[in-house]
Amino acid sequence: MSTAFMMREADDRDPMVPRLFKVRRKWREARDIFTIELSPDEGTHPFSAGQFNMLYLFGTGEVPISISGDPARPEVLLHTIRTLGAVTRALQRLKTDDLVGVRGPFGNPWPVDEAEGGDVVLVAGGLGLAPLRPVLYTLLARRRSYGRIALLYGARKPEDLLFKRELERWRGRFDLDVEITVDIATGDWLGNVGVVTKLIPGVPFDPLSSVAMVCGPEVMMRFTVKELLRHGLAEERIFLSMERNMKCGLGLCGHCQFGPLFVCRDGPVFQYSRIKELFRVREI
Amino acid sequence: MRTLEDILLRHPFLKGLDQKYLKLIVGCASNVRFRAGEFIFREGEEANHFYIIRHGKVALEAFSPERGAITIQTIGEGEILGWSWLFPPYHWPFDARAVELTRAIALDGKCLRNKCEQDHDLGYELMKRFAYIMDQRLQATRLQLLDVYGVHDERG
Ligand SMILES: Cc1cc2nc3c(=O)[nH]c(=O)nc-3n(C[C@H](O)[C@H](O)[C@H](O)COP(=O)(O)OP(=O)(O)OC[C@H]3O[C@@H](n4cnc5c(N)ncnc54)[C@H](O)[C@@H]3O)c2cc1C
Ligand code: FES
Repeated sequence: MSTAFMMREADDRDPMVPRLFKVRRKWREARDIFTIELSPDEGTHPFSAGQFNMLYLFGTGEVPISISGDPARPEVLLHTIRTLGAVTRALQRLKTDDLVGVRGPFGNPWPVDEAEGGDVVLVAGGLGLAPLRPVLYTLLARRRSYGRIALLYGARKPEDLLFKRELERWRGRFDLDVEITVDIATGDWLGNVGVVTKLIPGVPFDPLSSVAMVCGPEVMMRFTVKELLRHGLAEERIFLSMERNMKCGLGLCGHCQFGPLFVCRDGPVFQYSRIKELFRVREI
Repeated sequence: MRTLEDILLRHPFLKGLDQKYLKLIVGCASNVRFRAGEFIFREGEEANHFYIIRHGKVALEAFSPERGAITIQTIGEGEILGWSWLFPPYHWPFDARAVELTRAIALDGKCLRNKCEQDHDLGYELMKRFAYIMDQRLQATRLQLLDVYGVHDERG
């Protein structure tokens, strides 16, 4: 029996067995970052903003990758990936119609429903914009259910900015505040230079009704939380997405342990008030 | 229309300052505007002013012959630009260039410096405010130096 057949058979039944997806397209976002579009032979792959899949490449390995597409279009499965090691390099080399095993979606979503009725502040650092993009798609699709919406995005250099065309479109909207900053730039960059936390004082949001969703490197998230708290946001209103090495994605193996929590099962999205003690501890 | 005094009174930088000092500072203030691309000050020039940015954006730049102008930081609406007028030798360490049309309030630092020497209460109030800004900028610079989005780090 072929591996492909076994996988399709097992579809939707055993979360440990990958389902086969075909590569539809792949494109470069920045120097070492690309987006890959996958689709199943049949059916769709519903997911919520903030969830991730385990992408499996035969003979190479499996990696957790957040879904970066629109939850309202589950027939188009997008992942935005940085080429780092064996698996992500192999993913980067895939061609149209090549096969990828997909397990998931796993993890809990961003609190998009809970945020209704108030302002929403999204703070993304680097590749952290990828797991937040599905949130923005959802917020914009239900624009009237929210107050002010702000996207604050920090990257290393102008060349490293992801989703440039969409950023331009979002910046052109009257019902969305988009502020972008980079750490390093030469004179021809006309945008902000400085850390992403510096953008927070510039966006008007009501701390009592706002929800902040933050995704990026942990150091960046720590400083961002500090700044959000300084602006009056309560700890319960701040949400972060955490990353840990993973194996099962199901809360079984313990690989992704974060103190008493498992990132795959209890996260990756956490309310800051729930993890604040762990957040300050080194080596967790 | 709001007067210079109104704007200064409401600015967080001067919040809580004694009325007599506010009057003195208003006396040292003037409205200025810079076109996009215009230099507000150049590295090495004498530093005699500081600016409260009302509108627009200013880039602090260092020039390197190999890489051209490198932007170290941008200063935007509501922020304070420049504290070199407070410390000898009173020279600007960087260039400041308006990235877009920028309106600001310029404060005569040279005049204030003398007033601070004569009245240490005023000196302390201003030092306290500038120390706070310097602390904020130092923290931001440290975070920038961490290069958190580099591939050596987790995610990002
Ligand atoms: C919930 C979750 C969501 C994620 N979402 C995304 C995503 O949307 N896009 C994406 O590109 N990556 C994402 N990651 C990270 C991704 O899983 C890793 O980059 C990937 O596992 C690396 O595998 P590899 O075989 O290519 O590299 P490896 O051979 O495993 O590692 C190569 C090098 O990269 C380092 N490395 C490994 N993992 C990470 C990591 N997480 N962060 C930084 N350095 C690492 C290793 O220490 C090693 O030096 C996510 C991780 C988690 C837990
Ligand atoms: S990856 Fe196995 S418990 Fe989380």
